[in-house]
Amino acid sequence: MRRYALKRLIGMLPLLLGITMISFAMMHLAPGEPAVTGQEFNPKVSSQDIERLRAYYGLDKPLYEQYWHWLKRLAVLDFGESFSNDHRPVLDKVMERLPVTLWINILAMILILSVAIPIGVVSAVKQDSWLDRILTVVVFIAFAIPSFWLGLLLMMSLGVNLHWLPISGIHDYSWQQMGFWQQQWDFLKHLILPVFVSAIGGLAGMSRFMRTGMLEVIRADYITTARAMGVPEHSIRYRLALKNAILPVVTLLGLSIPGLIGGSVIVEYLFSLPGMGRLFYEAILARDYTVVMGITVMGAVLTLIGNLIADLAYAWADPRIRHGQS
Amino acid sequence: MRGQTRVFDMGSPDMWQAIKTQPLMFVGAAIVCVVAILAVLAPWIAPYDPTEINVKDILMPPSWQHWCGTDTLGRDVFSRMLYGAQISLSVGFVAVGLSMAIGVALGAWAGYAGGRVDMLIMRSTDMVLCFPTFFLILAVIAFLEPSIWNIMIVIGLTSWMGVTRLVRAEFLSLREREFILAAKSLGASPLRMIWKYLLPNAMGPIMVSAVLGVAGAVLVESGLSFLGLGVQPPDPSWGNILTEGKDNIQLAWWLSLYPGLAILITVLGYNLLGEGLRDVFDPKLKS
Repeated sequence: MRRYALKRLIGMLPLLLGITMISFAMMHLAPGEPAVTGQEFNPKVSSQDIERLRAYYGLDKPLYEQYWHWLKRLAVLDFGESFSNDHRPVLDKVMERLPVTLWINILAMILILSVAIPIGVVSAVKQDSWLDRILTVVVFIAFAIPSFWLGLLLMMSLGVNLHWLPISGIHDYSWQQMGFWQQQWDFLKHLILPVFVSAIGGLAGMSRFMRTGMLEVIRADYITTARAMGVPEHSIRYRLALKNAILPVVTLLGLSIPGLIGGSVIVEYLFSLPGMGRLFYEAILARDYTVVMGITVMGAVLTLIGNLIADLAYAWADPRIRHGQS
Repeated sequence: MRGQTRVFDMGSPDMWQAIKTQPLMFVGAAIVCVVAILAVLAPWIAPYDPTEINVKDILMPPSWQHWCGTDTLGRDVFSRMLYGAQISLSVGFVAVGLSMAIGVALGAWAGYAGGRVDMLIMRSTDMVLCFPTFFLILAVIAFLEPSIWNIMIVIGLTSWMGVTRLVRAEFLSLREREFILAAKSLGASPLRMIWKYLLPNAMGPIMVSAVLGVAGAVLVESGLSFLGLGVQPPDPSWGNILTEGKDNIQLAWWLSLYPGLAILITVLGYNLLGEGLRDVFDPKLKS
């Protein structure tokens, strides 16, 4: 297991390098010279900002030197300073916003797993029954629904009309006066809608995937053998088949991380949550390039880490991967 | 001869049989057609000018005059939605056209050439896949100005990875088939091999992913417009009507309800069509 983990870690390095290269290329996307060209007359970007950008990226030097220079700073987690008036380091700004985003995404993943797996299994076991058909239609609709629209409707019904749930922010106005447990409950209440809205797309995709996986496993030879040997149907389904059908889900979960992180921009904008996605959105509106680039790189690295964890979990569960056929 | 070089024959009775067993695909196809027709006919169907401001009729609820109500500037929401369909669909088609062109070219190259080229292309694909697509799109838009053309290009440039993987996988599995080996040993040039023998046989999955891609692009466009980083007012888009809905959530439910419903139905239509096609092209998944 340790050898496999080490191998995967080393395999990550070229990917990491590639991520930085793509990001670096993006900085130079703007027509002509790097990002600053054409900003001279942009009132949002002061001449000091342009100077700062020049200094940070070493724009007067040749490209390869700029890249190397930037890479060295990234290696020590120096993402430069924000262009906004506070001029704080990008890393600090992101770090104080990250917990909210992580909370929402982790809770969303837990929700996805705990709902999608049962739905998929039930659909597969009762294939072509009425229940399966209804679930399939619901899943299709959930997959096509724009998450921000669902969010709007829920805000309107549960928040504005019924006053059951708060519709924006992360704390109530009276947060300071609350006791510890009250605070936790308030925090959770603010997270219910965002988590549900973040999870809906992944939920649909995952249940579909689980259904297909389960159907495949049920038809496998070893299941037929088990059935022929008289293993009760119940244990065939929930002990033999389920275990193997769940495995690929782990990989899919890893693959769904970029979608969740990307989706946090919309969810946090919609519910006015102080997370990384909102920071990214604000940075784009303000043309705060260092923050935009910093978050883009960090988002990619987070994805990479998520994929690594998924791979390791898969290998831990499946010895064939760990000992590698290749 | 032609029939024999195709694993899958378009006109075979099996295919019609499969379509008959796919009622949901028909629903999808019908939705796709209706939305497309409405979009094309928007200038003739729309009861009002989509950008005409009417201060007397601000935020009117749905009525016989305004089927879907009016917005904060008194513009007719139904008319704006019809024109919004034009914009959303054209963004979807152009973006998908671009991503298909890139994806098919790279995937075909990787799958046909194999070896080091294959490795290089696939590793680069993996790298791009690490970026949360929505972040990538937003970051690029931060550097450019949001306009319909930029959105089409950016969505196209950030969604080719799936097709690349798919085409490559198809090519790898086709490469060892007898008819491909036969064509190769008869001295067909690489381009001819790809164009005449390999691509037509990979057409099914490519079509499926193109149809599903339109759904994805429509969703992304509406999301961008909702954030104010996509289609810019006064041009109508389903996404930017929803932004107004969010700002007037206490006052005007119709601004939030109808455009979202339009997105949902359109995306659902393309998804149903795409999934149905997948089952038709790959019957072994269904049985």
